[in-house]
Amino acid sequence: MPTATYATRSVTVNDEGFFENPDEWTEEMAPEIARAEGIDELTEDHWRVIKFMRSLYAEKGTGPTVRVLGKTSGVSVKELYQLFPKGPAKVAAKIAGIPKPRGCI
Amino acid sequence: MGDAIEKVSIIVSKGSLEGIYPALIMANGARAEGIEANLFFTFFGLDAIHKKRHDHIKVATVGNPGLHLATMAGGIPGVSSVMTHYLEHKMEKLDIPSIPEFIEMIADTGAGLYGCKASCDLFELTEDDLIDQVKAIITVGEFYEMAAGGHIIFT
Repeated sequence: MPTATYATRSVTVNDEGFFENPDEWTEEMAPEIARAEGIDELTEDHWRVIKFMRSLYAEKGTGPTVRVLGKTSGVSVKELYQLFPKGPAKVAAKIAGIPKPRGCI
Repeated sequence: MGDAIEKVSIIVSKGSLEGIYPALIMANGARAEGIEANLFFTFFGLDAIHKKRHDHIKVATVGNPGLHLATMAGGIPGVSSVMTHYLEHKMEKLDIPSIPEFIEMIADTGAGLYGCKASCDLFELTEDDLIDQVKAIITVGEFYEMAAGGHIIFT
């Protein structure tokens, strides 16, 4: 299993770079993961989505899709794509240290 | 991942519920993966972006063996509506959006929606007949220009 180093700590990730164990994630790691995903600075809105992803994952054991995010996070689909142009659910999940959300819609 | 898909152009040529949803799911799924996506609506697929029709898309109950319904029964007036309501009900339970809502969401993801010029000419449609999210009515040549360097999916 590959590892990655964020905030000087080594974590286990899968082939796509998603955390294998979300408990290994800390907030200090997020800016570094974000930069690797092409997001130079995490704004308050980014954090709102990231924290929402973490809380939903903690509650349900799976991350939300873009549609669910758009309906429940308080951030619209349009804004989500402005914040995370390479795929809001996918990229936010990676930055939030949770597995890639599964779901077709 | 050098061979990852970076762009898709999806052609929607059917006007039935089962003809339109797969294209919408593929377009929305592409955007969710960070893939650039454009949708090109042609022939009866134009109903999906037609202001007056996109909320009344029905399942084909005739000529659709997958439905396992006798063709004669499928042809009885009202059967298509009943089957459509039944499917829509099931989709709602799974939180699958209706076609108008889905298309609006796909436009919000940044995907481009385009009408086919030849079909719009044939059906005497102008941009005024199409929903506001449609960026333009374009020719097949313009479609190919836009699709260059990506994958083309015909549905």
